[in-house]
Amino acid sequence: MEAVDDDLNRAMMLDGNAVAGRFFALFGAEMTANLTECASCGQDHMMGALHAFTHAPGVVLRCPSCEAVMFRLVETPRGIYFDARGAAFVRIER
Amino acid sequence: MNRPLQWQIATIAAIRPETPGVKTFTLDLPDWMPHRPGQHYDLRLRAVDGYEAQRSYSIASAPETKGQVQLTIERINDGEVSGFLHDVAVAGDRIEVRGPIGGYFVWEVPLGGPLMLIAGGSGVVPLMAMLRHRAAAGSQVPARLLFSARSYDDLIFREELDRLGADGSGLEVVYTLTRSQPSGWRGYGRRIDPAMLATVAGPLGRTPLCFICGPTLLVEAAANGLAEIGVPVSRIRTERFGPSGS
Repeated sequence: MEAVDDDLNRAMMLDGNAVAGRFFALFGAEMTANLTECASCGQDHMMGALHAFTHAPGVVLRCPSCEAVMFRLVETPRGIYFDARGAAFVRIER
Repeated sequence: MNRPLQWQIATIAAIRPETPGVKTFTLDLPDWMPHRPGQHYDLRLRAVDGYEAQRSYSIASAPETKGQVQLTIERINDGEVSGFLHDVAVAGDRIEVRGPIGGYFVWEVPLGGPLMLIAGGSGVVPLMAMLRHRAAAGSQVPARLLFSARSYDDLIFREELDRLGADGSGLEVVYTLTRSQPSGWRGYGRRIDPAMLATVAGPLGRTPLCFICGPTLLVEAAANGLAEIGVPVSRIRTERFGPSGS
């Protein structure tokens, strides 16, 4: 059963691109070409290259190198929760 | 670049069927701006009770087409937004959109090549924007498109791709049909694999700039296959759109 769930999760996986609009709205800037560093493995990736899991009330972005959770984004009618503790940094291009 | 991202009301100017499950929606935008080929628009539907559904759809047209964008959209079974667009929407209807969005899966002529584009099904849409832009700009950047579809009739943009591939600009279009092939078919007839990638991408050298878009499993197979034949991971960009419609 777990293997089936894993396969399904994998098949539903998207890229950071898929949440580009939400990130643009949140940061006021195009974010997908910006670099971010995984706090777990230290690899740098562009935001658009992260693995995105969007089939839940929130969005989870994972590191494509080590699969650690880097970002969680939950939007409610009254506010937005943005958990970035899995990222060492996000570099926002001027 | 960093203008605010606002929702605007687009008007559907035209709807054109492409294949049995795919239509192109041409939108007039009051606040049009040139996009970067590969970018998408978010589209939002709102019911009177406040229920909202939002999806991202890739732009198929080139930025050289001013004032309008074309979104080529596959009808997904039980798809709330694609179902509405395919079955209910008519020219003249107004819908909410915001964009263009995305800076990762984009290609413009100055980024150079050689260009290796790999599409599965409606994953060809953002790659079509790149090829239309390449043609509109008169670019001779060597380019290849490997396009996987279930059958001949599922090859979106087939006539236009055949025309672009024969215009002498250095584009070659290769098809693979995974489910059924017409008699006398001379393209591939199987899923994308490393041997196919080596044959198609090989002539572009060691470091082609690769864009892969399609169902997640196809994207994984193509990206892993390119890495296997020695293409540096830094030259491979992917856009997954989840499970395939079938």
